[in-house]
Amino acid sequence: MSWLQRLKDGLKKTKEQLVGQLAQVLQPGRRLDDALLAQLEEILITADVGVEATTEIVQALKARAAARGVQDSSAVMELLKEILKERLRPAEGALHLRSDGQPTVFLILGVNGSGKTTTIAKLAQHLKDDFGKRKIIFAAGDTFRAAAVEQLGIWAERVGAQLVHHKTGSDPSAVAFEAVERALREGADALFIDTAGRLHTKHNLMEELKKINRVVEKRLGRAMDERLLILDGTTGQNAISQAKLFHEAVSVTGIVVTKLDGTAKGGSILQIASALKLPIKLIGVGERADDLREFKADEFVEALL
Amino acid sequence: MFSALTEKLNSVLTQLRRRGALTERDLDEGLRQVRLVLLEADVHYKVVKKFIDDVKQKALGAQILESLTPGQQIVKIVRDELVQILGGTRADLHLTQWPAVILLVGLQGSGKTTMAGKLAKYLAEREQKRVLLAAADLQRPAAIEQLRQLGAKLGYPVYAQGRTPLEVAEGALQEARKSSFDVLVVDTAGRLHIDEELMSELQEMKQRLQPAETLLVVDAMTGQEAVTIAQTFDQRLKLTGIILTKLDGDARGGAALSMVTITGRPIKFVGVGEKLEDLEVFHPDRMAERILGMGDILSLIEEAEARVDAKKAEEFIKKIQRESFTLEDFREQIQQLRRMGPITKLLEKIPGMQKIEVDERALVRVEAIINSMTPEERRRPEILDAKRKRRIALGSGTHVSEVNKLLKRFDEAKKMMKQLKGKRFPQIPFGR
Ligand SMILES: Nc1nc2c(ncn2[C@@H]2O[C@H](COP(=O)(O)OP(=O)(O)OP(=O)(O)O)[C@@H](O)[C@H]2O)c(=O)[nH]1
Ligand SMILES: Nc1nc2c(ncn2[C@@H]2O[C@H](COP(=O)(O)OP(=O)(O)OP(=O)(O)O)[C@@H](O)[C@H]2O)c(=O)[nH]1
Ligand SMILES: [Mg+2]
Ligand SMILES: [Mg+2]
Repeated sequence: MSWLQRLKDGLKKTKEQLVGQLAQVLQPGRRLDDALLAQLEEILITADVGVEATTEIVQALKARAAARGVQDSSAVMELLKEILKERLRPAEGALHLRSDGQPTVFLILGVNGSGKTTTIAKLAQHLKDDFGKRKIIFAAGDTFRAAAVEQLGIWAERVGAQLVHHKTGSDPSAVAFEAVERALREGADALFIDTAGRLHTKHNLMEELKKINRVVEKRLGRAMDERLLILDGTTGQNAISQAKLFHEAVSVTGIVVTKLDGTAKGGSILQIASALKLPIKLIGVGERADDLREFKADEFVEALL
Repeated sequence: MFSALTEKLNSVLTQLRRRGALTERDLDEGLRQVRLVLLEADVHYKVVKKFIDDVKQKALGAQILESLTPGQQIVKIVRDELVQILGGTRADLHLTQWPAVILLVGLQGSGKTTMAGKLAKYLAEREQKRVLLAAADLQRPAAIEQLRQLGAKLGYPVYAQGRTPLEVAEGALQEARKSSFDVLVVDTAGRLHIDEELMSELQEMKQRLQPAETLLVVDAMTGQEAVTIAQTFDQRLKLTGIILTKLDGDARGGAALSMVTITGRPIKFVGVGEKLEDLEVFHPDRMAERILGMGDILSLIEEAEARVDAKKAEEFIKKIQRESFTLEDFREQIQQLRRMGPITKLLEKIPGMQKIEVDERALVRVEAIINSMTPEERRRPEILDAKRKRRIALGSGTHVSEVNKLLKRFDEAKKMMKQLKGKRFPQIPFGR
């Protein structure tokens, strides 16, 4: 099955929902008028694109349609896709994987329940399957939530990674530090540091995150290779606030959008991509270790519209 | 985060407040801003549409267009309407059966397992119930262990025997009956509303358990899809209520309005933190203000109202009714305004409002001009000729042009007040 097909399957339900709307928009003979623009606006807003970005996009669409003399509704749709793709293409970005023999170190962060722990398992699977990485270590940096360690432990077993963990309630920086030591000592290919879910507005918890970052950097003598923000694709406009504040705290290197196998469209990434210039590295389309996909702007837009 | 939204609301207030008589188009413009605020709060597109239509009818009915404080009144109508929708239905738990089963359902990661622990604690401590927890999530790694640890922390038992979620749930119900527990809280695996198989499983479970409460647990940060999610879960399971989690962040929680509008199911509780005590009953008024991002504005309005001398306001209104409004009254009004505290201070309380310039010194000058007039001049400004105006300007350290401007303003205010006879305590058209 082609990559596109798989993505489309994953996003099929989303699409089915939109087909009704689109069929209306694309009635033969339909012209570009205010009613059509209002419908396009509705499609974008209900995809969580947000008012601001939607207004911008619709303006751009109007201007381009006028410049090219485009009137027919299906041609207008093509223009819309074109604009969305242009906006999202710069957000494509690959993972930074080291090739110097040093372990590639990942810090995984995000709000509560966004899919951090599961994404670690998916990433490990991805590194094993597609990059031939063998020795992978998980650090159980969520020392707060009930059974967070056990959850990561089960995933470690399933995907063949090793687990570094301390007791619940202990300092997450200490777990991360020990894991880095071990990764360096044992020549691991990759280290994933799980962190407890935290709302970006909580000062103390954000400080805790910064501390983990500092401690690891100090021990490594360099920055971590990836500080990935895990965003729940079902989230609305709050995703922008999340991205901003996590980025401010630890300078995020990329985003993974999860739960795109549901009906949510994850349109808030349009604003994140343009305002914060953060790359969207991967998307999650299910609960299993192999439900991770590369983020491709064109396919993302095609699957949505 | 807040500023962008509040700014919009403020522009509604100031735009509308600046004008005298408003047209229906002005109202539409104001409501357009409210619409943007709601959309940015993640209220669903269609829900917003319906809401704005309803509010418009109410605003027209309330003759807001004739008010001198239309912005505030619109905000009030919007807020009241939101509170009404959010709190329209009764929202307690109905645990009349014995044992009473509470079934928690929802998408992945929304907070079900945590909520099972929170509800158990709440029911045991507040209502002295004997609670049994059932771990019917056999899907997520360590889900049972998570609930076990929560149960252990609270000292409540967790039932987890069975090879399928149904077996666990039914076994737990038998256990609850046998050991006379009052309440059984069933945690289920997170699932997508479009997952046919897992949704059928829940229907089956509901059929067998006949729960007193079937509660949808939803993340407050959810976007436009909240509508579809709530609608589908409700159609399949006939929910008895909704629980909103993660309200301790900065999410505006428009999903709440979407879900209540679409399903008519009440929000019963909210989760406000990760700890088991972080559970609150739902307050429709707080939620409404949160969605509008306007807690500050409302308290500001209240504060302003509190500081205005009610008796003087009444006298004032009588004067308007007799059409005997003079420059003295005008001065009195300015003093009232200034008594509310430095205006810039007041405005600072509204995020995003700081940018709007209110020239406080202008008010001081207006007062100085009036002070430099004789009582006769204040009562009958029409006697002010060029000579008198020069004298007043000199006495107040201003210019004749400013005196003229003030007189013009006063005339305008007088006209407006005539139209308004006795509606509400009017405001001085300060600023530009
Ligand atoms: N449908 C779907 N579910 C997902 C996806 N990614 C994660 N999940 C589910 O979401 C739930 C939460 O995932 P976790 O990985 O535990 O999330 P987390 O961010 O580590 O949560 P905390 O550590 O509690 O903050 C689990 O039930 C996962 O199976 C996805 O891409 N699609
Ligand atoms: N800040 C905050 N976090 C919450 C709240 N409720 C739950 N959480 C956190 O959200 C994450 C997910 O909670 P869970 O209870 O595991 O969610 P769930 O719905 O059982 O998840 P699945 O079983 O995977 O579907 C955890 O990190 C919880 O600690 C809340 O009200 N506020
Ligand atoms: Mg986790
Ligand atoms: Mg759970």
